[in-house]
Amino acid sequence: MTGCLTTCIEIGGMPILVRTESRAFFRLIGERYRGFANATARPVFEFDVEIVPPGRITDEEDLSVRFDSGRWIIERGDFHAEWEPAAGRGWIRQSANPYAIDAAFRILHSLLLARESGLLIHAASAVRNGRAFLFSGVSGAGKTTISRLAPQSVTLLTDEISYVRRDGDAYRAFGTPFAGELARAGENISAPVAALYFLAHGPENRIETIAPAEAGRTLLRNILFFAEDADLVKLVFHAACDVVSKVPVYRLTFVPDARVWDSIV
Amino acid sequence: MTEKYIARSWAVAARMLGGEMMIMSADSTLFTLNRQATIIWNAADGVTPLREIVEREICGVFEVDPAVAYQDAEDLVRDLAGHGILILSGQPAVGRETAP
Repeated sequence: MTGCLTTCIEIGGMPILVRTESRAFFRLIGERYRGFANATARPVFEFDVEIVPPGRITDEEDLSVRFDSGRWIIERGDFHAEWEPAAGRGWIRQSANPYAIDAAFRILHSLLLARESGLLIHAASAVRNGRAFLFSGVSGAGKTTISRLAPQSVTLLTDEISYVRRDGDAYRAFGTPFAGELARAGENISAPVAALYFLAHGPENRIETIAPAEAGRTLLRNILFFAEDADLVKLVFHAACDVVSKVPVYRLTFVPDARVWDSIV
Repeated sequence: MTEKYIARSWAVAARMLGGEMMIMSADSTLFTLNRQATIIWNAADGVTPLREIVEREICGVFEVDPAVAYQDAEDLVRDLAGHGILILSGQPAVGRETAP
């Protein structure tokens, strides 16, 4: 690419260099990932963004993630991306909207994390007193609600997609720009994971321990992973089992008011 | 009677969690085995006949009729083999397709 603009976006301690010739798109991602730009980081991966006019980019209706001839091919109606892991670079063709690159980033990070015993989890997460708490559940379970109810002393990492990496014999949660209904990026900080809660609505606030196998089954249902790759699926499975073996897991039934945070300590 | 041999597939991931054996197949389907199925899974080394596994590991531990236990085991391994979790064969395994 000639006349390129570059920015390094570091999420979860994994810097990705993004290159584009489009000033408008450069400004757009500059805004969207403002808290995650790190000009001094050494990128683990470089990504060229080719901006094309709005419209269908591929014939794929649903998201498709497959490995072919040494490269990952990621397609959805609004973008086509390819990534060569061995070369540490890739490209995406999309229109100048933030959603396509956001989806591509989520998938890339899920693939990168799989080899590092990490996971992207459908979960809100927040830091309180230096410890991270994860609140997992499907859409409507209360991720955004519990994020909105967080007191000022709590720092939100995300209300939608939690980024969890192995850290020695424990796990660490990182802030992400991947926002849900809250439409607000998380803070770019990290903290050791103190607990994982699976959310449920109910008539009163209640916390119950979940047995490891049930915790594993539930966590596996809430992991973001799209690739059809048996080796990576195995790694994700073992990472999920590790997480529930090392992190206390509970079911948090809650009434949607601020008192729920009295129990999160 | 023809012997049957069972081996764990390389293509799956398995993990004991809180006393339950969890297995994820290559197509990302998750299975949880009960106690007897877990015993058979653990004994599936590809070289021990299924009949011997049932006699030693099931009939030796549970109060069950051997014929019924063997029939149940046959049904189970056929089902698991259908999901690609176990490899069912009339010969002892010699290849690399089975897990250690």
